[in-house]
Amino acid sequence: MTAADAPAGRQLVYTLAITEGVRQALQEEPLAFMAGEDVAGAGSVFGIYRGLLAEFGPDRVIDTPISESGIIGLAVGAGATGLKPIVDIMFMDFIGECMDEIVNQLAKMRYMFGGKATLPVTVLTMSGAGMNLAAQHSQSLEAWLCHTPGLKVVMPATAYDVKGAIITAAREPNPVFVVMCKGLMALPGDVPEEPYTLPIGKANVIREGDGLTIVAHGRMIHEATKAADILAGEGVSAEVIDPLWLQPLDTDTIINSVAKTHNALVVHEAVRFGGVGAEIAAQIAELAFDSLDAPVGRVAAPFSPVPFSPVLEQTYVPNAERIADEARRILGVG
Amino acid sequence: MASSQASEPSAEVLKDLHYRMVRIRHFEEEAGKLMEQGKSPGALHLYIGEEAVASGVMVHLTDNDQITSTHRGHGHLVAKGGDFKKMYAELFGRETGYNKGRGGSMHISNVDAGMLGANGIVAAGPPIAVGAAFSNKYLARIEGRDRMDVAVPFFGDGATNEGAFHEAANMAAIWKLPVVFICENNGYGEFTPQAEHQAISDVADRAAGYGMPGVICDGMDAVAVWEAAGEAIERARTGGGPTLVECKTYRFVDHVGLRGIGLHYRTDEELEEWRARDPIPQHEQRMIEMGVMTAEEIQAVHDAVMADITESIEFAENSPLPDPADLLNDVYTPTAAS
Repeated sequence: MTAADAPAGRQLVYTLAITEGVRQALQEEPLAFMAGEDVAGAGSVFGIYRGLLAEFGPDRVIDTPISESGIIGLAVGAGATGLKPIVDIMFMDFIGECMDEIVNQLAKMRYMFGGKATLPVTVLTMSGAGMNLAAQHSQSLEAWLCHTPGLKVVMPATAYDVKGAIITAAREPNPVFVVMCKGLMALPGDVPEEPYTLPIGKANVIREGDGLTIVAHGRMIHEATKAADILAGEGVSAEVIDPLWLQPLDTDTIINSVAKTHNALVVHEAVRFGGVGAEIAAQIAELAFDSLDAPVGRVAAPFSPVPFSPVLEQTYVPNAERIADEARRILGVG
Repeated sequence: MASSQASEPSAEVLKDLHYRMVRIRHFEEEAGKLMEQGKSPGALHLYIGEEAVASGVMVHLTDNDQITSTHRGHGHLVAKGGDFKKMYAELFGRETGYNKGRGGSMHISNVDAGMLGANGIVAAGPPIAVGAAFSNKYLARIEGRDRMDVAVPFFGDGATNEGAFHEAANMAAIWKLPVVFICENNGYGEFTPQAEHQAISDVADRAAGYGMPGVICDGMDAVAVWEAAGEAIERARTGGGPTLVECKTYRFVDHVGLRGIGLHYRTDEELEEWRARDPIPQHEQRMIEMGVMTAEEIQAVHDAVMADITESIEFAENSPLPDPADLLNDVYTPTAAS
């Protein structure tokens, strides 16, 4: 089931879709609990967990100290001993505080133990720029996680996908990072009331086209769609693909699209150097070289911390115009 | 200090403490030789000298209680009932090892018996133990049990300078989790003496900062550890929250291996002083004086352990190596959906 197949009906904004995803995950699994900084009493600084404490009580919805290592350690230990932890790292930028627990413990415990441990852990975290929160509250660090064997990473950019991603993650026996986009918090979308999951490792084809493949993830799928609209007005038919799952990555959908369109542009909000887009571009070059009419293009953030001043931040974050410009350059038009 | 009201250990407990210590000592001495003869790959951090700590704690635990360990973790697994065959096989990187050869010395584990792994990262264990203790409290609540399983992180003096230790101790205390923090203070953070890595001489002083009891015991005396740990574990089981137990101990061999790497960071006099307090002969002397075991019976324990070791090393050496085709197995738990 994808957003396109969902019956048109109830609309929820992204934040409320998050709440509903966590609520239903807790409802269906008595061994699931949620913990994080200010997730209970405050319902999170983003308001995304409001009402969960009242519904599930303090044994299952838990405010932690400001201790990110402790939070991930809690999830590792509880997950390895029978519970289904759902933990929140408020801003993705804070994963620096708990990278050991993520990279050396959570991701590796099963493998190091010869398959004799299971880590059914969901980590929810909010990424992205655009709100003038400066260099330590605006990053998109998904590449750090995708580079770590043992983790799964999903980056939902619609209300439908964020609820489905949370329920999928909560039912998974593996550690899953649900990287949410704070720039999309007010975005409405069709969200079915019942619980549903997303197929792990399956991309969304947001828009079909035959002249150019734009692969964009996170908030950039919306900019890519706008760029596709602009290009359509110029007679260029762009296909927009949201990988959605960055680990595991749906290489087949991307390669099949490039085989059809013969041109590829990869877009993300994270820093360009070493970003997930570099991996996608490399895979296209490896697997679809003969299909390409031009080198793969990339639009991403420059190699700089996220700046504070609104004028600088707007320059930093990719947008539809820049995506359209790069598309024209690849196609040699305009 | 531990309560003077704690009961004296029974003959059975004294023998049990002894058996666990002897198993650790011989396991480690033979493991060190295998490494230095080039028969087993990688590096080993040996537990020789610290046997009283793991043994004194583990006598109180069942397979339902969890521990987290350190890079110096063989002793913890042996004391928790580790099977020598599976342990040596793991050190040899064999498919028959506890971790199927995927972990080796620094990650050796037995989840079925609550041993949540040796760990190559200093202070990584305490936050994981807090998670296990959270499970124990959660499951006791939904199953309607009064007594909880207990999680015991082992860590060194050096680990208490890491942020992860602090975060774990604080969380255990505010939530009154069934955790007993066992600090094996062997006086050195790798090669750096305690006086140079922290401005306190008693790690137990740190407990006050978390609002939990801090206890110091003689980590060269299995009975002293047994007494201090027993009281703390019982308090944790019954909802009284965590305790920090500092065991003053010493590693008789170097940071790595038996011979070490030739650094001169401690004096021969210091080493001799601690070796004179070797926990095993000390305990044996006590049992003989109390009439719990005879010298002959004690020797029989050593002989039986050595026979087990000989057989287990042979098993490990003759065990199959992992199939390279299986390299990618167990990175993820397989699911129908993925």
